[in-house]
Amino acid sequence: MKDRFRTRMGDGELVSLSTGQVKDDIQAGTRDAAARADIPELTEDDVQQLLDIITEPSRVVSVAPGQEVIVTDDGCSMSFYAGQDSGGIGIPMSRLQAILTYERACAADTTSLGHSDYSFKPVKSIINYEMNEYYTASMLTTAPFFYGAQPNLGLYFQPDGPHPNPADLLPQRKIKEARATQEAAAEQLREDLVFVGKKLNSVGCEGLNFDTCGSAGDADFLAALQAMADLKEVTPNMPVIMGASGEFVLGMHGELTFNGKQLAGMYPHQQAKVAEAAGTRIFGVAIGTNTTKSVAWNVARTVTFVKATVAVANIPIHVNVGMGVGGVPMMETPPIDSVTRASKSLVQIGKADGL
Amino acid sequence: MHIAHIVAAGMGGIRTAGDLVAWMQLSRKMKITEAKQYVADKLGIEIIDLTNEEIMRQIRQARGIGVITSIAGDPKGMRAKFKISELLNIHINSVDLFKSEMT
Repeated sequence: MKDRFRTRMGDGELVSLSTGQVKDDIQAGTRDAAARADIPELTEDDVQQLLDIITEPSRVVSVAPGQEVIVTDDGCSMSFYAGQDSGGIGIPMSRLQAILTYERACAADTTSLGHSDYSFKPVKSIINYEMNEYYTASMLTTAPFFYGAQPNLGLYFQPDGPHPNPADLLPQRKIKEARATQEAAAEQLREDLVFVGKKLNSVGCEGLNFDTCGSAGDADFLAALQAMADLKEVTPNMPVIMGASGEFVLGMHGELTFNGKQLAGMYPHQQAKVAEAAGTRIFGVAIGTNTTKSVAWNVARTVTFVKATVAVANIPIHVNVGMGVGGVPMMETPPIDSVTRASKSLVQIGKADGL
Repeated sequence: MHIAHIVAAGMGGIRTAGDLVAWMQLSRKMKITEAKQYVADKLGIEIIDLTNEEIMRQIRQARGIGVITSIAGDPKGMRAKFKISELLNIHINSVDLFKSEMT
């Protein structure tokens, strides 16, 4: 075995580490996840497998034949026409062209449509436009075709929305008022999610993606869970999937519960169980990348969370593996050496059902 | 980046049987192993061949469930999804809507 290996830091910086350093980072990464979420560390076999993957000399790595998984997408086709702020490459093509290109040129397992703003609130006011575009595209796609957007509770607070902003209230020690405004905003978000869901169901939506749930904290996460449960009742034939925004539900409110479980502080294995109870068909875990740690540390940490989540979930678990999550470096152009090592590790060691 | 994940770990979409396995995860909440086995059984092949282009290309064309290259007149899109829903014995919302509009 070579003494030193070409690998990366969480910000993409190319570094050279020894076998011992890589192994130390793997062990430190898994210990960190296990301690935070009170879940098992990776086994010695897992650590050795991960060490082999990270130190594999090939530039790009892949899973073994027969171990492939489903790669769902959250607006990936948008990358064809979007700008730099969305990681897009700015090709002047329509959404329909991008969707079909992603399905047929990239051999994607699923594809999706989304509004450029990618939040449900702005979608509500243009829902008829989105319904038309979805319906037209669904006539042409063969793979599962999602409509995706983010709940994004932040848009419901002043100055972007009607509700007083808890970020203004909390520093003034107005805890009660901060909680009340989050509860009111979450109720409005829930209504909007259900409104958009029902409209898309009326044009035969094959799957609705609640993407990046919980980005504004536990109230954001709660609204998504409640809307999921509502849609399960009123649109039972439209699958709804849910992706998290982080490994830890932020307690911006702190006292919100779903099915009697406190949401604030939930880690992926707990998030997946409440999402499962709410009715999601697939749950996407999101683990942040630490830019000051190595890819080995970040991947080990992510795999630890994922393995624990897959072990308890009765639904498919897909891992968010975009820029800065899932062990993928936090940069605009994540190097494919690190991207593919994250893919392989999450599938072969984490036992993820998809990415 | 998406393409790197697809190449490293994906099932290959309509190039192979990725869409079919994805439909099972979505419609029946099947974990990956169960979903693959279900699709393999329906197609009468081994799991390892779900991502074998040589096998899946022929199966997809024979069953009319869409192939990735463009063959004039061959099923793709809604026509292929009609057959996929029958093959896998699942409800696909867009297919159900389309059927209801035809009656």
